[in-house]
Amino acid sequence: MNWQPNKHLHTFHGGIHPPENKNQSTQAPIEAALLPDKLILPLQQHIGQQAKSQVQVGDSVLKGQMIAEPTGYVSAAIHAPTSGTVTAIETHALPHPSGLSERCIIITPDGKDTWAELTPVADYQQLDKSELLQHIGNAGITGLGGAGFPTSVKLNPAEDSPINTLILNAAECEPYITADDMLMRERAEEVIQGLQIIAHILQPEQCLIGIENNKPEAIEALQHAVEALQLTQLIHVERIPVKYPSGGEKQLIQILTGKEVPNGGIPADIGIVCHNVGTAVAVYRAIVKGEPLISRITTITGDAVARQGNIEVLLGTPIEALLTHFDIQQNQLHRLIMGGPMMGFTLDSVALPVVKATNCILAATNRELPDPAPEQACIRCGMCADACPATLLPQQLYWFSKSREFDKALSHNLLDCIECGACSYVCPSNIPLVQYYRFAKGEIRIEEHERTSSDHARQRFEARTARLEQEEAEKEAKRKARAEAAAASKKAKTATSEDGDKAAVDPKAAVVQAALERAKARKAQKAAAAKDTADAPSADTIVNKSATEKAKDAAPVMSAVERAKARKAARAEEQGSDSEKAAQGEKKTGGLTALEKAKAKRAQNSDVPAVQEKTQEKTEGKGLSALERAKAKRAAGNDEQSAEAASNTGSDQEAKPAKAMSALEKAKAKRTQAAAQDSSATRTEDKPLSALERAKAKRASAAQTEAPAVEQAAPAPADEAKPLTALERAKLKRAQAATGNTAESVDKRAGDNTGDSVSDSAAESTEAGSEKPMSALERAKAKRATVAQSTAENSEAAAPARTTESATESPVEKPAAAMSALERAKAKRAEKAAQQAADNSNADTDKRD
Amino acid sequence: MSLLRITSPHLSRRGNTGDVMLLVIMATLPGLAMLTWFFGWGNLINVVWASLVAVACEALVLVLRRRPLSHYLTDYSAILTGVLLGLSLPSLAPWWLTLIATAFAIIVAKHLYGGMGQNPFNPAMIGYALVLISFPVEMTSWLAPQTLSIAPGQAMGFADTLSAIFPFLSEIVLSVSDGAFDAVTMATPLDAFKHKGAVTAEEFWAAELVVSPESWKAWQLVSIGFFAGGAYLIYRKIFTWHIPVSMLAALTLLSLIFWSTDPSNFAYPELHLLGGATMLGAFFIATDPVTAATSIKGKLYYGAGIGILIYVIRSWGNYPDAVAFAVLLMNFVAPLIDHYTQPRAYGHKSTK
Repeated sequence: MNWQPNKHLHTFHGGIHPPENKNQSTQAPIEAALLPDKLILPLQQHIGQQAKSQVQVGDSVLKGQMIAEPTGYVSAAIHAPTSGTVTAIETHALPHPSGLSERCIIITPDGKDTWAELTPVADYQQLDKSELLQHIGNAGITGLGGAGFPTSVKLNPAEDSPINTLILNAAECEPYITADDMLMRERAEEVIQGLQIIAHILQPEQCLIGIENNKPEAIEALQHAVEALQLTQLIHVERIPVKYPSGGEKQLIQILTGKEVPNGGIPADIGIVCHNVGTAVAVYRAIVKGEPLISRITTITGDAVARQGNIEVLLGTPIEALLTHFDIQQNQLHRLIMGGPMMGFTLDSVALPVVKATNCILAATNRELPDPAPEQACIRCGMCADACPATLLPQQLYWFSKSREFDKALSHNLLDCIECGACSYVCPSNIPLVQYYRFAKGEIRIEEHERTSSDHARQRFEARTARLEQEEAEKEAKRKARAEAAAASKKAKTATSEDGDKAAVDPKAAVVQAALERAKARKAQKAAAAKDTADAPSADTIVNKSATEKAKDAAPVMSAVERAKARKAARAEEQGSDSEKAAQGEKKTGGLTALEKAKAKRAQNSDVPAVQEKTQEKTEGKGLSALERAKAKRAAGNDEQSAEAASNTGSDQEAKPAKAMSALEKAKAKRTQAAAQDSSATRTEDKPLSALERAKAKRASAAQTEAPAVEQAAPAPADEAKPLTALERAKLKRAQAATGNTAESVDKRAGDNTGDSVSDSAAESTEAGSEKPMSALERAKAKRATVAQSTAENSEAAAPARTTESATESPVEKPAAAMSALERAKAKRAEKAAQQAADNSNADTDKRD
Repeated sequence: MSLLRITSPHLSRRGNTGDVMLLVIMATLPGLAMLTWFFGWGNLINVVWASLVAVACEALVLVLRRRPLSHYLTDYSAILTGVLLGLSLPSLAPWWLTLIATAFAIIVAKHLYGGMGQNPFNPAMIGYALVLISFPVEMTSWLAPQTLSIAPGQAMGFADTLSAIFPFLSEIVLSVSDGAFDAVTMATPLDAFKHKGAVTAEEFWAAELVVSPESWKAWQLVSIGFFAGGAYLIYRKIFTWHIPVSMLAALTLLSLIFWSTDPSNFAYPELHLLGGATMLGAFFIATDPVTAATSIKGKLYYGAGIGILIYVIRSWGNYPDAVAFAVLLMNFVAPLIDHYTQPRAYGHKSTK
C-alpha cells in the first residue's frame, strides 16, 4: 500500500467525540431493495425549483423513466424507481423538518420491475463537459450526502473559479450512520470510477478522499480500487482522525487542505469541489450504465428495530415498509429521526417516503435518546466556544438570541453557524443552543423580509408624492398664467372702455392691440440685443435704425400698426438667417408678419433706397433665410409681381447655399404661389385650404391689385401727452387715421410704446392664443368685412407672410376727416376683424407649417 | 405510537452544572486537608457552616422568587460559594462573620443580579471583601499553624475550635482539655512581610520574627494543595489553563522584576506565589466562569490583570492579601475584555 501518510493533515478548531454507535449496522452486507406497495416521489427534494411532472394519473411508467423534468437551473429530474402505474399526483406530507406538504407523484409498482430504455454513454471521455452535465442532470442526480444539491450545478463552477482540488467526502462523521462505509466496502470500484468521471469534468490537479480512521475496511477497499485503476498519482486516500464534525464540507476542506472557505462564499471560490461518495457512484451509474438516480443506500438503525443494517432503498419507499422489514418494535419507538442524531430531523409518521438525501433512519428508544433535560442557567463556562468548529462564540450568540439582539448576533457571525450541534452537545446546563440559533436566524429572516417590503413601499410612496406635487405645481403655474392673462386683458379692456368712442370695443380688438404690443416689445428687446452684441452693429441694424429714425422723422401719417410692423420687419432682418426665431415670433403673435409687411411697405414707400439697401445687403448673403430674402425681394418688387417674384425668389433661394429654408417658409412660398395663381380663394387639389386660406388668398389678391398707401395708414392722435396703453394707442391711432392726424404723435406713441409694451406682449400672445378657436368664425367675419369693404383691406397680415409688402397693413383706409362716427366705427370694426382674422390665420398658417 | 417532535441535536453529553460544581468542590479537598492538618478544625467547621448558610439563603431566595427548589439547589453552586468562603476566611472567624459574608454573597451578590450565571461579580469575593472592610480585626486574626502532630497538647481540639467559632456553644460543648484555651493568632506571612517596617527582607526571614520556617512551610503546603486541586480540574477540562497560568505568570514576572531591583524591600516571588491565597485564587476564584472573560485571548488578559493587581495592591496597597480585590476589579473589566477579544470566525479574514 503506498497511500500517502497523513502527516500533512491540518485540523479544525473544536469538535466533539460522541459515542459512535456504528457497529450495530455494519454486521451485514447491504440488503437488496424491497418493493413496497406504493412509492411516493415528492417533486421538490432540495432547494431550487420544483420539478415539473411529465406524467398523468393513470399513466404506466417503466423503471428509470423520467416522470418529472427539471425546471430552472437549480432543479433535478425525477425518475420512476420501478415499473408501475401512476395512481395519483397529489399533495402529500414531506419528510422535511417543516412538516409541510407538497405535490408528490404516487406510483403503484406492478411487481415486474421492467427497465425503461437506458442510454449509457459508451466512452465518456469523448463527450465534452456540457454534454456530460446534461446527462447527469437528466439522470436526476443530487448530492446524496445530506443537503441534496443538484449535482450538475455543482459540477459547473463559474469560469473564474478554476478547480484545483476535488475532494470526495467519505468521512461520515455522524454517529449511527454507516451507509457510505458499506458502500465503499462493497462498491469501491464504482466510487473510484465515478470520481474519475467527475475529475474528467472538473479537471482538477489532485483528488483527495477524506475518510475517518474508524473505517479500516473501507479505506483498504478504496485503496485497492485506486491501485487497480492505476490512478494513484491523481487520487489520494487520506485518513483523518475521528472527530465530529469532520464530515462537514468546510471542516473537511480545512483538514485536507488547510484552507478556509471564505465567508459568504462556496468552496469553488478557492478552487475546491466536494462530493459525497454516494454521489460519485450515482454519476458512474448514470454515465456508464445509463441508470438514473432511483435508489440509494440507507442505514436503518436504532434500538427500536430488532435488526439493524443497510439496505438499497428505492426512492419513494415509505419508511414504514423499511421499518417493518427490519422488525420495528412499535412500543419502543420513541423518536424517529431521518438522518443522524446530531443533525437529523424527527419525523411525525412512518408513512413518509425516502428521498434522495435520506442516508439514515434512526428509530430510537427513550433510553437511547432521552428527552432533553430541563434547561439551566448558562454559567458561561465557555465549553461551547471550545467545541465550535466554526470558531464562533456560541455563548454570546445565545445571549443575543435570547434577548432578541439580532444585530449583535449577526455581527458575531450567527449566519456562519452550520448547526452541527457540537456546542449544545457539550453544554453542561443543557441549553438547546442550536434551537436558539435557529430561532434567531428565522427572526432575522422575517425582519429582513419586512424591511425590504417596507423599503419598497416607501419608495413607491415617495415617487407618488413627488408625482402629485409636480402635477400640483404644473396646475398652479397654469393657473397663474391664466390669471395674469385675465388680469392683463381686464386692464386692456378697462383702458379701452375709458375712451367713449371705444366703448363697444370687442375683445378681438384688444387681442389685436395685444399682438401689436408684443411686437413692440420684441422690437425693443431686439434693439437692446443689438446694442449688447459685441460685433459691430450690422448694416441691417444701422439700416433698420435708420429706417426707424426715418420712420420717426417721416411725416407721413402711419398707423401704429404699420410702424410696429415696420419695426418688426427690421428686427426680423436683424435676426438674419434665424428664420425659426421669426417663425416663433410669428407664432407668438399673429401680428408680426403684419408688422413686417408694414415696415417693408413703409420702407418701400417712404424710403425705397433704404429698403433697397437693406434688400441688397440681405441678398448679398449673410446666410439669410429664404424668408428674409423673400421679404426683401417683395419689398423691392411690385405688388402684383411680388407674390410671384417672391415665390420665384423663394424657389431661387432654395438653390442658394443659405441656411435651410424652414418648412414655414416653403409652405408660405407655396401658399403664396397658390394664392397668386388663384385669385379666388378656392380649394386646390394639393392642399385642402381652409376658409382661412381662402380668405387670405382673396385678401392677398385684393391687396395686390391695389396699392394702399402707407401714408394713409397712421392716424396720429398725439393729443394726450401721458403714456397710453397699447390698446389705447391703437384705438387712438385708428381714430386719428379716420380723422387724418399726423404721424408725429404716432411716432411719439410708437416711441413710447417700445418701452412699455413688453409686459403687454405676454398678454397679447396669450390673448392671441386664446383667440385661436375663434379663428374660423373670425375668418368668416373677416371675409365678409373684406368683401364688404374693399377699401378696408386688412393688412396682408392675413396674406401668407411677407408676400405683399405693400398691400398691407394699415387697416385704416379712409383718410377722410369727414367720416361719420358710424363710418368710423364700421371701419374700425372691419379693421379689427380683418386684423384679427389675419393674425389668426397667420398663426394657423405658422402652426400648420 | 406518538413520536416525539423535536429539533436536532438529539444527543447530549452526560453531565450537568451540578456535576461540574461537585467536581470543583472535590478539587478543593486537598487544600482543605492541608489547612485542617496545619491549622486545626477551624477551616473545616467554617466550610460546613458556610455551606449550610449558603444553602439556606439560596432556598430562602428561591422560595421568594417562586422557583422550584430541587432544580436550582442541585446545581450546587451555593455550596461551592460557601466552600470557597470557608476556605478564605480565617479559621477562627466567628460564626456571625461567616454568616454575614455568606448571606451577603448569596443574596446580594448572586440572586439580586438574577441568580446563577447572571452575577457580574464573584459572590464569594464580594462576601469576603465586605467582611474584610467591615471587620478588620477579626479578618486579620489568623491562627498560627499548629500541626496536630507536633504538640498534641497545644493544638486546639475540635470542640475547642467549635466553641471558639460558636461561643454560645461553649456552655453546651464540653471541652476535652480543661480550661480556656487561648488561641495563638498571628499574621500571615504576607501580612507580616508587609508590616515589617524598616527591617530588610533578609533580616525578616532570618529573624523569624513572625514567620517561622514551620509556619511558612505550612502555608506553602496549603498552597500546593490548592495547586494540585486546580491542576486536576484543568485535566478534567472544567476550565482551561489560560487564566491560572496567565495570572501566576504575571504575578511572578512582576515580583521578579521588582525583587531583582530591590531585594531588600520586595518579597521574592515564592512568597507571593505560595503565601496567602494566591493558589486558591488562581484555580478556584479567578476561574469562576460566570464572572471571568470568555474568549481565550480575553482569559489571558483577564488573568494577567489579576496577577498585576495582586502584586500592586500587596506591595503598595493597604491590604496584605489582595486576591479578592484584584478579582473584583477585573470582574469590572471582563465585559470590556470580551468585547475586544472576539476570536476570528472560520472563513473571516480578521476579528471585527
